[in-house]
Amino acid sequence: MSALFPFHGGLKTVRHKTESNQTPIQAGILPPRLTVPLRQHIGAIAKPLVQPGDRVLKGQMIGQPDGYISAAIHAPTSGVVSAVDQQPVPHPSGLSDLCVTIESDGEDRWIDREPVDYHRLHPSELRQTIRNAGVVGLGGAGFPSAVKLNLAGRSEPLATLMLNGAECEPWITCDDRLMRERAAEIVAGLQIMAHLLGPAEVLIGIEDDKPEAIAAMTAACAGTSYEVRPVPTRYPSGSVKQLVKLLTGRETPVDGLPVDVGVQCFNVATAYTVYRAIHCGEPVISRVVTVTGQVHRPGNLEVLIGTPFAELIKQCGGYRDGVERLIMGGPMMGFALHSDEAPVTKAANCLLAAGPAELAAELPVLPCIRCGACMDVCPANLLPQQLYWHARAKEFDQARDCHLFSCIECGCCSHVCPSHIPLVQYYRYAKNEIWAQEKEKQRAEQARQRHQARMERLEREKQEREAKLRQKAPVRTEVVPHLDPLISVPSPTKGEGSGQVG
Amino acid sequence: MRFKTVTSPHILQQNSVGQVMRRVLYAMVPGIAALVWFFGWGVLINLALATVVALGAEAVMLSIRGKPLALHLGDYSAVVTAWLLAVALPPLAPWWLTMIGVLAAIVVAKHLYGGLGYNPFNPAMIGYVVLLISFPREMSAWLIPHGIGQPHALSLLDSLQIIFGGAGSLPVDALTGATPLDVLRTRLGLGQTVTDIRNSPVFGVVAGQGWEWATAGFLAGGLWLVYTRTAAWQIPAGLLGGLVVMSTTFYLIDPQHYAPPWFHIWSGAVIFGAFFIATDPVTASTTPRGRLIYGAGIGILIYIIRGFGGYPDGVAFSVLLMNIAAPTLDLYTRPRVFGEKQL
Repeated sequence: MSALFPFHGGLKTVRHKTESNQTPIQAGILPPRLTVPLRQHIGAIAKPLVQPGDRVLKGQMIGQPDGYISAAIHAPTSGVVSAVDQQPVPHPSGLSDLCVTIESDGEDRWIDREPVDYHRLHPSELRQTIRNAGVVGLGGAGFPSAVKLNLAGRSEPLATLMLNGAECEPWITCDDRLMRERAAEIVAGLQIMAHLLGPAEVLIGIEDDKPEAIAAMTAACAGTSYEVRPVPTRYPSGSVKQLVKLLTGRETPVDGLPVDVGVQCFNVATAYTVYRAIHCGEPVISRVVTVTGQVHRPGNLEVLIGTPFAELIKQCGGYRDGVERLIMGGPMMGFALHSDEAPVTKAANCLLAAGPAELAAELPVLPCIRCGACMDVCPANLLPQQLYWHARAKEFDQARDCHLFSCIECGCCSHVCPSHIPLVQYYRYAKNEIWAQEKEKQRAEQARQRHQARMERLEREKQEREAKLRQKAPVRTEVVPHLDPLISVPSPTKGEGSGQVG
Repeated sequence: MRFKTVTSPHILQQNSVGQVMRRVLYAMVPGIAALVWFFGWGVLINLALATVVALGAEAVMLSIRGKPLALHLGDYSAVVTAWLLAVALPPLAPWWLTMIGVLAAIVVAKHLYGGLGYNPFNPAMIGYVVLLISFPREMSAWLIPHGIGQPHALSLLDSLQIIFGGAGSLPVDALTGATPLDVLRTRLGLGQTVTDIRNSPVFGVVAGQGWEWATAGFLAGGLWLVYTRTAAWQIPAGLLGGLVVMSTTFYLIDPQHYAPPWFHIWSGAVIFGAFFIATDPVTASTTPRGRLIYGAGIGILIYIIRGFGGYPDGVAFSVLLMNIAAPTLDLYTRPRVFGEKQL
């Protein structure tokens, strides 16, 4: 086994994996109505390609990527588009976003699926196929994968292609089940990625609390040079920069990406969707979601994108008593949903119905005693207590100097704080304030430039008018020489002035 | 269905300020037991008196400042301050001495600076220094070891009478005496050698008789604090390191005029200060390197004050001086952030 390179800090958290990982992935039911957000990824919102009344087939593109960093959106089932409008989406703000609503016709009829032989495609065509299939990072970030599969413009070949199967957050088991049940497909997807990136080595990082997944992936990698590397169960080993450090010892620069140190990392579920896109011709229209916590039958469901969360809960036997928060994602980084009417998106890996047993009691906040417990667990090696002082005092410049933007919001600091200070909330607040200030600055700069452009234009127009006037009255220009003596009356003073300066 | 929205993380470790403070109190128990054994009931009476005054003063200050009483009294920080100060006082100190010290610590050093978490100086040490400067005679009247484990022990009633009613007919003067560090200091001044002085009956195997056992108790408790990560290891390590470097250097130069390093480490309030006083997180440096430097600074200052200053022991002054330096240390010892180039 190869050496690991531990990162600073981190935590042993509660696990709660067995609640949901004991049963196979179940197919989700086909809901009567699907609400598909057009923004399920980082980057520009997809441009809608359908109008209310249109009939769509399962897998048909309904949102087109708008620009390089954007992703395609597809109809998860066949039916009729009933609306293209603002609908609630799973977002911490609770705000709405543009969605396509599809009334299912119950037939679930596919478009023509065309599997492709990727060896025959030019890399750019292969990337385009992946892009058109709407493949984005399924670990939660939702970054368009086709962008990450393009190394054009980088002089050095990629050292390491990495697959992230760490799944370090408590409660979540969707990647665990996927690796156990569909390891061969994941590795097939990984092969396509390796084909595009040509890395020197391919590593798969999995936390060692998933022995079955490790075994399945190791078996699927037989005959390849791919290496499965168990990593210690220590939150947040699944955070990309931390996993890169763990497996390769390389630290991603503060303002950089893993690719800057020669590593490109994808989630295991993303590799699976690449496989589906190429080998089956199926775009990303479903994903595995862990439904756990206070529901009667916790487990993993493979559900269509756009299915309301309430349907997932129903399929898992409904809520048990005392559910206080519905968390999308894990309890460390996930956010609490306002309601269960929001739809499943590509980034939705887990739905945790949390009651008092799962949640921390809301404890009163005491002053910071500067104990440094937060510093000891910070995987970014920040000084959370100082960031907190600066954020609290609205000293945003100092917060930025203390590397506020290196904070990955993993929640370790808040988790251990004896004073129960919601530290991460302060950092989010400070980041938002800084972004707002920057936007404001940009707006002011734009306004200044516009104003300057306007003044220049007015000046130019004035001069043009004057020039035209002069052309129209050529006689008067001849008069000018006669006026010269008059104008030159104050010239002695002028002369003196210039003399003094000289 | 609608739900509560609270920001992540949604799970927290079982941890609280009260728990941290209670651990400090538990860790003091072995040392206090040894003090009681050698120096008598007075130690316990001081502790009880200091605790009552501290909680009373804390409650009054909290209500003046409009803070919830139960929440803040339950953090045990006032009790910790009271114990740290009480342990440092002479065992038969008159009641008003303890009271003045505790009031200076809680009212002035803690609450007038903004309460828990905001005080720049260690409150217990402010209380101690106020007393040391204002009442030098009372503060130096330490008992020679005559505790409950000793042949001529003072009874609980006698101790109470001395503390609250004055000496009266009791032979207090016969019981009190200079501390070992006082003896060392005075006699070195008279030109005696360290070896001669060490033969005096106030000294035991390593340091002061009786004191050395209290020190052992505080070391045990202190190591437990470090083991449970309640106290940062860098501070005692830096402090003892700084003191060892200083004392060894001078001892090697002239062993007849400078006490050996083990004597310095084991004497006075060094071990207690290293693990219990200097490690107060509020007033110490918070970065790993900063804590080492902060500790080393205290260790070096202790030696300078003991050897060349006007007081036999210098833990309190050293801690307060380094408290001033803590914010600056924090600023210049920021650890390298993940992904940042080598500083």
